Amino acid sequence: MSDTTTAASIPEEAPKISNISEAIIRIAGNSQDGIQAIGGFLARLAGRSEQEVMTFMTIPSTISGGPSIFQVRIGSGEVLSAGDEADVLLAFYQHSYEGHINSLKKGGIVLFDADHIEPNPEWQSQYHHVAIPISSLTIEAIGGTAKDKGKNIFSLGLIARMFDLNIPKLEKLIHERFGGKDESIEKNALLAFHAGYGFSVGNLIETFRFKDSSKKDGHQVVMNGNEALALGLIAAGVRFGAGYPITPWSDIMEALRRELPKYGGSFIQCEDEIASVSMAIGAGYAGRVAVTGSSGPGIALKTEAIGWAGMAEVPLVVVNIQRGGPSTGMPTNIEQSDLNISCYGGHGDSPRVVIAPSNVEDCFYSAIEAVNVARKYNTPVFILSDQAIATRIEAFTEPNLEKVCQDISPDLSTVADHKPYDLSTPDGTVKRVVPGTRILSGKYPIATGLEHDELGHPTGSPKLHMQMTAKRRKKFQSLAATLPTPKIHGPAEGDVLLVGWGSTEGPICEAVDRARAAGQSVSSINIRHISPLPPGLEDIFSRFRHVFVVEINDEGIYGIGGQLATLLRSRFCNPAIRGINKTDGLTWKVKEILTRVNERLAESDLKSAALA
Amino acid sequence: MSSSTSEIPVPSGTLAAVNPAADAERKGLTKKEIAADHPTWCPGCGDFSVLALYFKLIEKRKLWHEKITTIAGIGCSSRFPYFVQAHGAHYIHGRALSFASGVSLSRPDLHLFVFGGDGDAFSIGGNHFSHTARKNIKMTYVVMDNWVYGLTKKQTSPTSPLGFKSKTDQWGAVDYPINPMKQAIAAGASFVARTTHTNPNHVLQMMEAAMDHDGFGFIECLSECVEFYEGAFDASNPRKGGSFKEVPKDHDVTDELAAYKLAGEEFPGYFGVFYKNIKPTKNAKEAGIVKNLQEKYKGLQDWQILQKTFDRMK
Repeated sequence: MSDTTTAASIPEEAPKISNISEAIIRIAGNSQDGIQAIGGFLARLAGRSEQEVMTFMTIPSTISGGPSIFQVRIGSGEVLSAGDEADVLLAFYQHSYEGHINSLKKGGIVLFDADHIEPNPEWQSQYHHVAIPISSLTIEAIGGTAKDKGKNIFSLGLIARMFDLNIPKLEKLIHERFGGKDESIEKNALLAFHAGYGFSVGNLIETFRFKDSSKKDGHQVVMNGNEALALGLIAAGVRFGAGYPITPWSDIMEALRRELPKYGGSFIQCEDEIASVSMAIGAGYAGRVAVTGSSGPGIALKTEAIGWAGMAEVPLVVVNIQRGGPSTGMPTNIEQSDLNISCYGGHGDSPRVVIAPSNVEDCFYSAIEAVNVARKYNTPVFILSDQAIATRIEAFTEPNLEKVCQDISPDLSTVADHKPYDLSTPDGTVKRVVPGTRILSGKYPIATGLEHDELGHPTGSPKLHMQMTAKRRKKFQSLAATLPTPKIHGPAEGDVLLVGWGSTEGPICEAVDRARAAGQSVSSINIRHISPLPPGLEDIFSRFRHVFVVEINDEGIYGIGGQLATLLRSRFCNPAIRGINKTDGLTWKVKEILTRVNERLAESDLKSAALA
Repeated sequence: MSSSTSEIPVPSGTLAAVNPAADAERKGLTKKEIAADHPTWCPGCGDFSVLALYFKLIEKRKLWHEKITTIAGIGCSSRFPYFVQAHGAHYIHGRALSFASGVSLSRPDLHLFVFGGDGDAFSIGGNHFSHTARKNIKMTYVVMDNWVYGLTKKQTSPTSPLGFKSKTDQWGAVDYPINPMKQAIAAGASFVARTTHTNPNHVLQMMEAAMDHDGFGFIECLSECVEFYEGAFDASNPRKGGSFKEVPKDHDVTDELAAYKLAGEEFPGYFGVFYKNIKPTKNAKEAGIVKNLQEKYKGLQDWQILQKTFDRMK
């Protein structure tokens, strides 16, 4: 909690009030305790209070139960990551207490359920312990049938008092969540909430008040990355999709299945990954740019079909929510190890577009961009997201929907003639004519995976294969020329440039800010367009002594770096490009990045010294 | 196809009309206008007659180029779309039905024909066959069954009979063959028929019936591979001393068990419609879901519907 001086001793009278600009709260329990709900309430409240917020959660990959955490970072200023160390830990069980005390900063506050937790005397001197019989007080408040239910809302009350949160707004959120046919549910929730709030009054050692938010730019919406992606696809005009369930992609297909019919569309659950990509391609061929998606293993299954869409030049949007791999890997953890399969997966020379959103808001806009690129260039486009963005909640400025929503229904107006694979266009793109369109020349096009002539009829001609391969490549080159050069966070030259992609942008920027505050010469960029790469990177890289590509994946057989590092190395042949990698299935902590950068610099200084 | 298709609303947005008034003045297509590339099949291949009858169907039913979509996977018979002057797609091996499902569900205004072979349908694409059938997605699927892999030059196919000598079963096939008719009935196909390329009138009759069926219409059409399995179907060809037995007149096409029994008959078995069951298509069901939900958002533009969702996320 920045700007705070935590009281060293427990005051006897009214709790001390400190003004803070941000707080990190970690809630640890089991997955069925509804701790995600507390986090969700807090995030939503922050959004409605024009504060920045970011959450982080872990869920076990078991069917039901198992330890789970939810961390919320709320700030009046900019929030770039979910935070390294918590200011407050709320622990429900002994295992939550013991497993997460290390994530609490020294001197932090631990609120623990005294019904389940025996505090460790050694830790009691390092952290402020506040014992609260959460379970029994919850039962007392809402009756004996409550069992474990309701203690999450009781705890929300505790936190609300502790951070002087806006009670009417929270009550409204509780009403929105629990209000419904059975009035007793909302009533019990409010009872639990006020019991928690009331208990805090006499028992807390210190309370906090957030400073006014610096952010005053209109209404915010609060959602996770998968929700933003699904809604972005709808705004983009996508009205058809097909998929197969797999974590962490499934929420997108569930959302689209539920939402698309409102817009006259539908999302089909298929028998397998291959059928789902094929259905989406079929719809794309028929004139309705469609979406399919999956996570690692499912993407592997789809690759042959995606190659067809590349060859036949049919638009397709593929969402890949990366998780820990290879194979079934770590289904509920984050890893950035699907860059290669997204860029190169499949046989033959078949480039594809890969866009990696870096935060929740970006998921929304990336979806629209992906659809428009797919339509213009008649190609598969990957949206390469990951488990961390998929599940984390952020608040962002509400988009102007009237402006961003688009209608991409097919145009079936009669044409005089049509060559789907016209070789004479300058950038290789052709406006597709779809089934249902009358072609007056009487010559109808075939979409095909065989090498073909301009009408889509098969050919074995070496000349045509060369021309068509070049045509397909040219599309990506002309797209690349239109892409924006990434913005540099920090000065445009210096010792170290950190390069990141996807969900790591936040912690990387925060690491840069901290390093610069400590006097180091560090900047960063985030690469959103992974394939094709945007122009201007070579120039940026040349102005730094070290280019460290920070990724959550392995350093590779040759130790050059992870999947993006390898791609950049082969593209720019710049030996300054090296990787900083990890494979623990968790997001980067700011501290971890800084430690690894400094280790690298120390190694390099030793080497230079040895050479001198 | 059948009249009910027109009741299924086309997904949101407008499909710009193709000047319907002009359609009435248009003459039916001639064979010359329908034919595209010259087929690459071996002389004498059964697939020629299936293609000729597809042309005849288009002529007879006055279908327009732009309203037909011909889709295939991989195999000899799957070269079909190249030979037809209409919109078409030559997709990957075994997945033509899934691709066609995407077309069917997003574009109910098209006549959809899928052609393929026994490998495509029952081996690599077996899963999709079952699920497309059970979902009753509207399209016509003609499997040209030749009991052998022809394009790759004589390997065992899932319908090759026991003992068939191929390059992958030098001593004769040992795996029990799939019975396509049983497979289709068991999967829940709502129209299941069997025909053979040596009886053109019958092929056309089955194609018409399948096309008129509102649902997933499946036809197994025996189609001889003269190169790698010559004489496979002689027993079904009266000109070769065999017998062409039509489905008995008293067979009840809505009786699933009776259909299954017919399908179990020893080769050459019966020809005709084995099973037909009118049940709502996936297309109609999805359209029903759309209709119900859209009712609640009447008069709103798409962005306004989305705005309602965003309002709940504040």
